[in-house]
Amino acid sequence: MFKTSKHLTALGMLVGLAALLAAPAISQNADGDEDKEVKEQRPLVMVDKDPFPSTYQPLPSTAVVIINVTILDGLGGRTENGSVLMMDGKIKAVGESVEVPEGITVIDGTGKWVTPGIIDVHSHLGDYASPNTAGNSDGNEATNPNTAEVWAEHSVWPQDPGFERAMAGGVTVLQVLPGSANLFGGRGVTLKNVPSRTMQGMKFPGAPYGLKMACGENPKRVYGGKGRSPSTRMGNVAGYRAAWIKAVEYQNSWDQYYAKYEEGEDPNPPKRDLQLETLVGVLEGEILVHNHCYRADEQAVMIDISKEFGYQITAFHHAIESYKIADILAENDICAAMWADWGAGKMEMYDAIRENIPLVHKAGACAITHSDSATGIQRLNQETAKALAHANNAGIDISKAEAWLWLSYNPAKALGIADETGSLEPGKNADMVLWTGDPFSVYTMAERVFVDGALIYDLNDPDHQPVSDFRLGQAGQGDAR
Amino acid sequence: MRKLNLIIAAASLFAVMASPTLAEDIAITNGRIITMGDAGTIEGGTILIADGVIEAVGMDVTVPDGYRIIDAGGMIVTPGLMNAYTMLGILEIGLESATNDNTINSPSPFARVTSEAVFSAAFDVSYGINPKTMHIPIQRIEGLTRALVAPGTGSSIFAGQASVIDLSGDFDSITATRVAMVVSLGEAGKARAGGARGGLYVTLIRALNEALNYGRRGEGSLAGRERDSILSLFDAEALVPVVEGDMPLIVHVSRAAEILQVLALSHMFGELDLILSGAREGWMVADEIAAAGVSVILDPHANLPSSFEALASTLYNAGRLSAAGVTIAFRSPDGDVAYRTRLVRQGAGNAVAHGMDWDAALAAITINPARMFGIDESYGTLETGKDADVVVWDGDPLELMTNPVFVAIKGVEMVLESRQTRLRDRYMDLDDQESRHQYR
Repeated sequence: MFKTSKHLTALGMLVGLAALLAAPAISQNADGDEDKEVKEQRPLVMVDKDPFPSTYQPLPSTAVVIINVTILDGLGGRTENGSVLMMDGKIKAVGESVEVPEGITVIDGTGKWVTPGIIDVHSHLGDYASPNTAGNSDGNEATNPNTAEVWAEHSVWPQDPGFERAMAGGVTVLQVLPGSANLFGGRGVTLKNVPSRTMQGMKFPGAPYGLKMACGENPKRVYGGKGRSPSTRMGNVAGYRAAWIKAVEYQNSWDQYYAKYEEGEDPNPPKRDLQLETLVGVLEGEILVHNHCYRADEQAVMIDISKEFGYQITAFHHAIESYKIADILAENDICAAMWADWGAGKMEMYDAIRENIPLVHKAGACAITHSDSATGIQRLNQETAKALAHANNAGIDISKAEAWLWLSYNPAKALGIADETGSLEPGKNADMVLWTGDPFSVYTMAERVFVDGALIYDLNDPDHQPVSDFRLGQAGQGDAR
Repeated sequence: MRKLNLIIAAASLFAVMASPTLAEDIAITNGRIITMGDAGTIEGGTILIADGVIEAVGMDVTVPDGYRIIDAGGMIVTPGLMNAYTMLGILEIGLESATNDNTINSPSPFARVTSEAVFSAAFDVSYGINPKTMHIPIQRIEGLTRALVAPGTGSSIFAGQASVIDLSGDFDSITATRVAMVVSLGEAGKARAGGARGGLYVTLIRALNEALNYGRRGEGSLAGRERDSILSLFDAEALVPVVEGDMPLIVHVSRAAEILQVLALSHMFGELDLILSGAREGWMVADEIAAAGVSVILDPHANLPSSFEALASTLYNAGRLSAAGVTIAFRSPDGDVAYRTRLVRQGAGNAVAHGMDWDAALAAITINPARMFGIDESYGTLETGKDADVVVWDGDPLELMTNPVFVAIKGVEMVLESRQTRLRDRYMDLDDQESRHQYR
């Protein structure tokens, strides 16, 4: 199941599994007996890892060049009076001047800025949709400390008006995660922020799944409050480790199944377990760990757990205290996804500082501005501006161009999609925002937002301002922001 | 700029060592002074501060000998900012109830006086305000110098009575107590009054009538109170100034239709001084609110249809209300009533981006809340005789990347440090492994 390609190749399934199955295999058994016939092999059981496949199709687009514009490329580069050419949904050229094919749409970007689209690694849009009714509350399966078996995508309501509000804020890609009540909250899903009738129509093709894990107060409060484990941080850690031990066993049982099958036997496959499939996906490196974890000391413990069981933590989220151990994060190649200025809502948020994101960046670790909020996701550029201002004021020298790493390239990296989006480079998806001015100004708004080269939002054109089914015909329908 | 910083750095060092309540003679020169008063904006003017108050403001002000000079050339000078709805000093850590003094939960709302001494409207936050909270320096180093400290809604629709504080952190930092009564209507209110607005308003009207009667009959008198009175004596007494117009009533309400119901209360209780709070759909009835002369406290960022009483929420709300002539004050969101109350200026900036006049937006975080809560005699503008709450900014105060370079509260310069800046400095250099961070 989890070594799909290896076993496929070994068994020659691509060229003739049917033939193999038709003819009884000959092999030696464990006792070294003479060749003997083993019973006919039933078809190899393989788990479909993509049972809810993306049906995303880019919206129609035309070739567009934006000229005379200030460009932040998302990799730390800045070009004044430059041009960006988009064709066939991709970035074709970026620079001081680009070759413009005849007859394409030209947008004069004088006084305006262009950046990669904002990517939010931590959203609950669709799962905790607006309005916040009981019927829409689908973000926390708070019935067991380990619900690695649930998938956030199955709660996503594509008609959440929050998606279009985020779009007006320049968000082109987002990861929707389960909540943080549980040690293992379930799988997260990476979506393109485009209008769609179905969740599958938003799914970022080929993006790996995430696994939401949570440290600290939330799991112990939720389950301790129910009189069960975990009720302490040490209970949390015991819970993670017990789960990983089961996952390793489960991984071994499938490995044995495949090995026996490869030897020509007809073993019974292990019983599928959705919870453990997700955890094994992490052990196999196919599912990325997004770990809600505030305190620095807890982050250090989680790193040791990852080493004990041989998985990589992709990112700590809500990493309020990452500034205290930014060097350790850099050494271990772990991103920190952070708010600019949330704090003090809980004991574990008490040491929040305004320079957290910049200090993580300064230490050479991967820093990300995230929202965790249907309001905050609309202004992630502003959140970044505040963090940058405090950093500069404290003598930490970071440019606006560098700071955009926190908004697009680093989050793309944490989502495993940095080869496709997150920066303005030829060949990448044309996920891009044209801003009315400097996006680090409070007065600037996203003027046009492109996903795969298609105009999905236009500040000045109601025809390009999506209205979710929910808002249709309601009093607020006319306001896109 | 560099020179100014040096001057300020030296002054800060002094302030650390000196008594925090020492008011100096200070002259702020060459700044673009946005007075928020009749003098409007003064380019390159001077402000004199002495004895904690503003001694003079203008173009032709001579700096007397002995005044410390703050050169604000190229910078903007404004009154210290005010957030019109916070829990600063009564909310330390949201989820740690022992650290908080923000909400009264009585087991039986509207109960008579019992051995449990149940009350709600009588709750007065001022007794619990802790000026030494971590949150206050965090706000003031970003230019916030005053705040309404308001109760949270507990088990009754009446949350209690609010105070105004300055953000000096001094033990005497309460500007005024019992400046407003808070009542929750809308979804939050009806959940505490039987589950329907039809019951909520009957309850509210009854309660206000009982307070009216209580006021007319005289203090301490039980005469006229009926067997089925719903207010305790505590609460009846606390509501007397509300129904007699001596204390504003802050009403949490969102839905447009319900806002009209609230405005109609003025027909029954002619003295009511109403302030709407939230008013998410206020823009739909902006003219009616303006005609009633009712002011509004709102969070400019609240633009999601987060409930069925806020379906028409939009970032354009503040601008539309303001354009209709409604007096606006800004607050931060419900979840951000302590740690992030400084962000009212970001909210003001976004209100401007969505159609509000810049001057009106600055008024919404200075003079407007001062007037709403009756402290405009001493705070809210840069005018002679007012408390010297003065901020010098290195740019547009509503901009995200602007920082205050000088903050004074009642004439005392504030050190631009907080517990958070100390933490920052402690962990600024992770390469230095020589000493444990706890010794730094």
